[in-house]
Amino acid sequence: MSETVAPLAAPPSSGAIRRAKRRSDRARAWRAFGLTLPLLGFLLVFFLLPIADMLRLAVANDELARAMPAAATALRGWDGEGLPPEEVARTLAGEMRAAYEARTLADVAKRLNNDNPGYRSMLMATGRKLPDAPPDDALGALAAIDDAWNNPALWQAFRRAAAPWTDLYVLQSLDLERGPDGAIQARPEGQAVYRIILWRTFEISLLVTLACLVLAYPLAYKLAHLDEGTANLLMILVLLPFWTSLLVRSAAWIVLLQREGPINGFLQSIGLIDAPLALVFNRTGVLIAMTHVLLPFMVLPLYAVMRGIPKSHVRAALSLGSTPFTAFRRVFLPQTLPGIGAGALLVFILAIGYYITPALVGGADDQMLAYFVAFFTLQTVNWGMAAALASVLLVAVTALYFLYARVVGIDRIGVGG
Amino acid sequence: MTGGGRIGGFLLWAWTALVLAFLILPLLVVVPISFSSGAFLTFPIPGLSLRWYATLWNEAVWWRATANSLVVGTAATLIATLLGTLAALGLARASFRGKGLLTAVLISPMIVPLIIVAAGTYFFFLRLGIGSGLVGLTLAHAALGAPFVLVTVGATLKSFDANLARAAAGLGAPPATVLRRVTVPLIAPGMVSGALFAFITSFDELVVALFLTGPSERTLPRQMFDGIRENLSPTLLAAATILVLLSVVLLSLAEWLRRRGLKNRGIRA
Repeated sequence: MSETVAPLAAPPSSGAIRRAKRRSDRARAWRAFGLTLPLLGFLLVFFLLPIADMLRLAVANDELARAMPAAATALRGWDGEGLPPEEVARTLAGEMRAAYEARTLADVAKRLNNDNPGYRSMLMATGRKLPDAPPDDALGALAAIDDAWNNPALWQAFRRAAAPWTDLYVLQSLDLERGPDGAIQARPEGQAVYRIILWRTFEISLLVTLACLVLAYPLAYKLAHLDEGTANLLMILVLLPFWTSLLVRSAAWIVLLQREGPINGFLQSIGLIDAPLALVFNRTGVLIAMTHVLLPFMVLPLYAVMRGIPKSHVRAALSLGSTPFTAFRRVFLPQTLPGIGAGALLVFILAIGYYITPALVGGADDQMLAYFVAFFTLQTVNWGMAAALASVLLVAVTALYFLYARVVGIDRIGVGG
Repeated sequence: MTGGGRIGGFLLWAWTALVLAFLILPLLVVVPISFSSGAFLTFPIPGLSLRWYATLWNEAVWWRATANSLVVGTAATLIATLLGTLAALGLARASFRGKGLLTAVLISPMIVPLIIVAAGTYFFFLRLGIGSGLVGLTLAHAALGAPFVLVTVGATLKSFDANLARAAAGLGAPPATVLRRVTVPLIAPGMVSGALFAFITSFDELVVALFLTGPSERTLPRQMFDGIRENLSPTLLAAATILVLLSVVLLSLAEWLRRRGLKNRGIRA
């Protein structure tokens, strides 16, 4: 295009040069991209795919289709009204017996048990009692084994288990379920546990974030106004715990906060309390230990931001007649907002994923979302539920990180860890 | 200064001292009790002794856990350093479309909560046949450590004078020689410091280890975690003290290298 604008200024071969330059730039970009490929490939296989697969597990629903494929197909064709037609029941009864013999019925029983606790033993018993040959009156034969087969709810649960995907676990992790008519409804009071856990996770994280901010702001302020040598020396006291394993620190807090521990001893010796306080294996312990673990993540960004604020700004405000408090509030504080945002978001993001510290210093009622991911994975082996809860956490953290990237910029995430 | 200002200044000092005390308090408890001659986790300690260190020395499980942690940490660090350095070189060398997104993906292991990494790798690795054991753990730890190398080497490369590499190439050095004789020596501090971070990440990591290892492949943090839950003893605090010492030494080294790198940048610029 530029040839037509300034034909005289451009040398005759400028197009060719520019093309060659573009080609070489492109080759350079490809080579540069190529260097990132080994890490990208490695992360893809050993990090990103596992997480994507976990998201899939949250909606995976292949237990029935794998153990009893013909029954799954038949159930998908049924409209879900009342009891299913006889031939659907016969296909199911026949495959159920075969699955029992092949020892694959347990997977199906477990899947239906996730839908409605109590189905597992009933289904296993049915599999045991069914005759080897499919009965003529399958509906009647099943009902004779257990009355539950007369209930359309069981057949609907089977139909839900036959679908290619399920929203069962995701709904359950939010205390929702599908009603008889297929509409989403709240779970009954007694079974609504996850909202409590989600709220608890949020509440603990928020309290820890606030505690960190209250503790860290004056500390960072003081450090930022000391000469650099003294500040660096005192900074060691911030970095030393930062570098110490969180496991060691949790253990230390158990020792410190126990009934016969130094804290209770000190409070008793100065006469503040008569009997030792319960400070650990409860919410107090979790809040204290988590605040301690996460405090450096608040101090470091605040300190960095405050160091960067020229001292002359506040001095100018003071010399123009502002009171020290007004100068702080109107001149200093607003400039530290990015640091507050960065520190608070970082602490909150790290806190909502916490597992080890609450597991060690908390009680049964202080466990957070991550604990239940581990519980469902390693103890009850309900992978769908574990994956759904982890997905809820992942969505929350991702949303918060987008916020963080907007507030702080993606380049600064490296402080994390 | 006004009276109010002086009181405010005093309060600020008092608050600073209190918060610093809060930060350092756990270490002030762990270290002395590990040298206690008594069997109880209480203050004041009855006397000084090394008996808990002797107990620790004689326990085979701790040695096995240490060996496991060292193997996993070393292997994960090697993978992370190699892949992280290459990627950092790529990201620094040219700008291309989607580079921001690529960077975000490459450092995402730093961001994702460990419990999600643990659950994800557990489900996936089980199907790959590496669900329980040190191989799976090493691969997961390498993924977690690589972003640290990427970031530290990336920082070193910002001050890297690309003309040096160009000069070497212009004088006829093949690319591999340029990399080996010019680029790597110049970014070595970043690589070492990143490697140290990657090693500490693996050496300290517990959540993924809880999911991916069985009782026979316990790593140090896992051994420690079980110990705290079963019986929080002075032996455990002796192990904790050694761990604290180790991380302080390694991270001080990493920090020193980082600062030296920054200083070099100043001189060279």
